[in-house]
Amino acid sequence: MGLRDYIIRRLLMVVPIMLGVVILIFAVMQLIPPESRASVYITDPHQFQQIDIVIEQYGLDQPVHIQFMTWLNQILHGNFGYSELLGGEPVLEGLIKRLPATLEIVIYSAPLIVLFGIWLGTVSAVNRDKPPDHISRITSILGTSLPSFFFGIMLISIFVAQLKWTTLGRVTNLGSILVQVNTGRFHQYTGLFTIDALLNGNIPLFFDALKHVALPVLVLVFIQSATMVRVTRSSMLEALSKTYIVAARARGLSRKEVIYKHARRNALIPVVTIGGLLVGGMLTGLTITETVFRFGGIGNWAAMGAISLEVAIVVAYAMFSAIIFVLANLIVDILYAYIDPRIRLG
Amino acid sequence: MKSKGRFSEFKKGMQPTIKELKFTLKKIRQSPLSLIGMSLVSFFIVIAVLAPVLAPPKMADPFLIPYGEEYVTIPEPPSQLHPFGTTTGKIDLYYGCIWGTIYAFRLGIIVIAAILLIGVTLGLIAGYYGGLIDEVIMRFTDIILAFPGLILVMALIVALSQAINPFTGQTWTKIDAAILGIMLVGWPGYTRLIRGEVLRVKTEDYIEASRASGSSDLRIMTKHILPNAIYPIIIVASLDLGTMVLFAAALSFLGLGAPPRYADWGQLINQAGNWVSYGLQYWWTFVFPGLFITLFCLGWNLLGDAFRDILDPLYRRK
Repeated sequence: MGLRDYIIRRLLMVVPIMLGVVILIFAVMQLIPPESRASVYITDPHQFQQIDIVIEQYGLDQPVHIQFMTWLNQILHGNFGYSELLGGEPVLEGLIKRLPATLEIVIYSAPLIVLFGIWLGTVSAVNRDKPPDHISRITSILGTSLPSFFFGIMLISIFVAQLKWTTLGRVTNLGSILVQVNTGRFHQYTGLFTIDALLNGNIPLFFDALKHVALPVLVLVFIQSATMVRVTRSSMLEALSKTYIVAARARGLSRKEVIYKHARRNALIPVVTIGGLLVGGMLTGLTITETVFRFGGIGNWAAMGAISLEVAIVVAYAMFSAIIFVLANLIVDILYAYIDPRIRLG
Repeated sequence: MKSKGRFSEFKKGMQPTIKELKFTLKKIRQSPLSLIGMSLVSFFIVIAVLAPVLAPPKMADPFLIPYGEEYVTIPEPPSQLHPFGTTTGKIDLYYGCIWGTIYAFRLGIIVIAAILLIGVTLGLIAGYYGGLIDEVIMRFTDIILAFPGLILVMALIVALSQAINPFTGQTWTKIDAAILGIMLVGWPGYTRLIRGEVLRVKTEDYIEASRASGSSDLRIMTKHILPNAIYPIIIVASLDLGTMVLFAAALSFLGLGAPPRYADWGQLINQAGNWVSYGLQYWWTFVFPGLFITLFCLGWNLLGDAFRDILDPLYRRK
């Protein structure tokens, strides 16, 4: 089977899974009485006063399959309902509005997790059973054992509350930036403060935003890189034991060259497969980390929505996470098949 | 004489198992990290067993932390009366941490048992019957695995909190919803694992022999396949206890699990959230529950790591 056929087959597999995801979310929603899940259909806050009309309009008292088709039609038209949280807004709007805050954490933490994980995993494998290996294993075990919320709270109490190095949230003075945005003195190109600050030439704001994003990024990198370290380490050990490594050394290549050019290149192939796992871990980690640091991203928003039992928010967030997660796994699989032709034959 | 012959035969048959066990124990003894893990887990088991002595319960529900007559907002520092200090509402942290240990074990064991039951049953059926049944079950696991676990559980908690619990006749409490949610979301990994094992065992000759002698499907599954397929999964599952406790604690931290005043580490850290803004002034409100949960998970993870290495034949050969 060629790569193109594999990609087509893999793409086709996404369709039933996404349909399954939608059905599962719908089934979970069915647990809730119609009055409470009407918010998933509402487009205007006035409708909350006329729940009976909403129920009739969207057929919430109709048989299940009709309800499902109605809802599917709604979400395909981008209607994810209305939430009364924080002054109220359409849910899709709320999600899109908060996405930049989350992306601000992701663009710094994701590359760091990958680089740090691969670096530490390699060091660990090359120095197997020596002190660097022990240190790296302890670090990665601590990473999986230390709850992100506890780590985050410790960092806040020391660096935010005690030493006052930074504050919670995305920037020190959000109000003044919003005023600048409204008066046209600050252009929001991406919504990411660190990038927008550079594009606007506002260097102090860049460092301020960077300082705010540093602690959540530290938490995510420490917690999420553990898997990366472990997989890189074992894959590297495997690669180092191969005969081509011995052969390369016998041909007179330096140890460094053999480790980084021959062993690591091959060792990184299986590491690609945990990319999907990493994205899942990030989505979970962001939910908790954003809440701890009150970062105002989609994870923070979903957690707040869940506490106030805002069905519409949680449904949209679950759907969004599943889409990201499924797409991430799709990309990982295709990438893996591209790198390692043996996969396509299977 | 005949019985002795049988015994020596039995002994001979057991030789590899005994050798394996000795090897495992030797490996654990040799590795300081696994020893630390073992000690931590033992330490928590002792705390859980001795909890009624270490912190005698004062309420009908021992998992409710005793609190003072009057409501005191400001946390009190560790003292003779409250070794770990108190948190909002004069809640005794020492009691909370000690009973939180029992709670963690109870929650972990219940959740793991339920997940094993669901996961193993479905995996066994999928692997044994194959075909359409296999396809349906495995595609269902794919759908559940398409969600990050915590987020699907969050959705389930929100839904269940507004649905009627058939056992109580009222809406689900968040803590029950959280436990049920973790159970409903946690099983697919085990189903995949056991299905693989079943597929391996299914091709053995003794299964064919049993079928030829007229055994029913149920008998073959429970008597012949399950005993030969379940051990790796039981080990994996018991080592997941720490992960499940961490999962539940994260939900409690988010406010989607145990209610206030409940002996749950995650909930205690959630309560401490108000005091974090004072820096280290009220350090005991989050440091003690945080240390308990971290050490608990560390113990299980160290143990898990040791077993993973020992059970992995690839690693051993090197």
